[in-house]
Amino acid sequence: MISLAGRDILHAWGKFVFTGVGLGLLIGVTLTMAGVYRGMVDDAKALLDNSGADLWVVQKDTLGPYAESSSVYDDAYRGILGMPGVERAANVTYLTMQVRREDTDVRAMVVGVVPGGPEPGQPGYLVAGRRITRGHYEAVADIATGFKLGEKIQIRRNVFTVVGLTKRMVSSSGDPMVFIPLKDAQEAQFLKDNDAIIQQRRRSAVNPAFNSPGSPGLLEALNASQSANPYVNAVLVQIKPGYSPDDVAEPIRRWKRLQVYTRAQMEKILVGKLIATSARQIGMFLVILAVVSAAIVAFIMYTLTIGKVREIAVLKLIGTRNRTIAFMILQQAVGLGVIGFVVGKISATFWAPIFPKYVLLEPGDAARGFAAVVVICVLASVLAIRAALKVDPAEAIGG
Amino acid sequence: MNPEGIRITGLMKRYGKGETAVDALKGVDMQVAPGEVVGLIGPSGSGKSTLLKCLGAVIEPTAGKMTLGEEVIYDDGWKIKDLRALRRDRIGFVFQAPYLIPFLDVTDNIALLPMLAGRPNNEARQRALELLKALDVAHRARAMPSHLSGGEQQRVAIARALINRPPVILADEPTAPLDSERALAVMRILNQMARQYETAVIVVTHDEKIVPTFRRIYHIRDGRTHEEAGEGRSFE
Repeated sequence: MISLAGRDILHAWGKFVFTGVGLGLLIGVTLTMAGVYRGMVDDAKALLDNSGADLWVVQKDTLGPYAESSSVYDDAYRGILGMPGVERAANVTYLTMQVRREDTDVRAMVVGVVPGGPEPGQPGYLVAGRRITRGHYEAVADIATGFKLGEKIQIRRNVFTVVGLTKRMVSSSGDPMVFIPLKDAQEAQFLKDNDAIIQQRRRSAVNPAFNSPGSPGLLEALNASQSANPYVNAVLVQIKPGYSPDDVAEPIRRWKRLQVYTRAQMEKILVGKLIATSARQIGMFLVILAVVSAAIVAFIMYTLTIGKVREIAVLKLIGTRNRTIAFMILQQAVGLGVIGFVVGKISATFWAPIFPKYVLLEPGDAARGFAAVVVICVLASVLAIRAALKVDPAEAIGG
Repeated sequence: MNPEGIRITGLMKRYGKGETAVDALKGVDMQVAPGEVVGLIGPSGSGKSTLLKCLGAVIEPTAGKMTLGEEVIYDDGWKIKDLRALRRDRIGFVFQAPYLIPFLDVTDNIALLPMLAGRPNNEARQRALELLKALDVAHRARAMPSHLSGGEQQRVAIARALINRPPVILADEPTAPLDSERALAVMRILNQMARQYETAVIVVTHDEKIVPTFRRIYHIRDGRTHEEAGEGRSFE
């Protein structure tokens, strides 16, 4: 028996191909949306991987440093280094901001690290240049920022020279990282501008509690403390071999009165909380796109079927089984879906790298997408099949 | 008369029920022998199409008897379970327009019926080609229906009706869209094929051009038929 569906598609290939291309672009958008979600998850994991940490020590009762703000004294790491099982500990600050270069600016996550300091928090590997060696005004930037070696960039009121370039160092929201010395990063995050400092000193000076004749050195001490930046956002910890993260984390929680997250807990925070809303948003888009795709396939198949009422009546009259006709429509719907999926997959593969944020197209998602397309096409063909089965063979006979 | 062919006795068809019921056929009697071509003529609303649909096992009559060959297919109820197979294997249809399947080429349009019956594709196509030769359209075997002339399309439709060697062919206004010359050509082919394949052919027509070609004509009016002799004019 010949394939009626195949012959019909070959006969009207232009109609099928153009419809399939239209559907394919929609499927491409759907695959890309899934890729955007995967990219967000991958960015979050990359952030954790690249930090090189086993534990994140942050302010108590916060989900810092990525999901919530967190402030920890910058000398806390010394005490942490003395805790059992701790191999290395390093201060780190994170601040997402606009980094200026000449007339333009780039959104980036500025990471403060100790120059030449221990491994956790440092840029993982460099694709060009060197690491930060000076205490001030040097930067290592992710190549996604577009910065070049030797380029001058401005963070707050300080100008930095890009001395190294790294790759795939991004925040959980996909912003590229710029690493600068810790002291500069603390200033950028915590230090007020000069006008604000003058105003604050003036306020303190007129406050009798801070400027009483009986306490002559109090005002100077207060001003000095307000100009200092003794905070970091987190202390990143690497543990010694043979220790489990939970065993090392518990004493730090208890004795240092700080919050400690293991890698698994931090991944849960990033994926489960930080990008959860975005994931639901994308999920909604996927549902809507699936419904729209189904509606399009259903409409196309219904229109194609209604356009063949006379042929279907003749086929029925000459003895074609209902299931043969239903199978023909089903095959055409699935054929349309296959054309659409191929076009969609190719389109998504081509346009994914152009997206400003990382789009990760996973083969598993493609397989699930293909299965969903087939299921949608099968469901969408029901309307057309019902219409075809209702066609009366008597319609082929006039009168 | 040869007992094979088609015989109809007291065929009735009622649409609706109660006061709104309409009797489209009120007792039709008809007999067509193998190899014979008869005309079925009547004004609009006389019951031609209803009779054709009953004969084609598309709608169920209300009462009466239909015999196809030596087998009773209807006797106040269908006597055959698989009407679809009956239509496929034992009744040929030729329509007013050829209604060829537009996405199949000429050969496959004809070969589709035996394929539907489970015949191997090659065998079905071989039989289709033989018929196309007999109907003088073998040179169009690979053409798509849209590339054929009206006369060629109708010849292909006749070949499709004949492919399973049915004992009866029902032709519904087969010459309506054709000019005189082509209409007569189609009638000549139908007569020739009816004789060659021992098939009874019933031609429903309004077409005055072809009426003189019938040897027997059934007139249908108000749901009843009466038979009269036709001119049986030669095609030569």
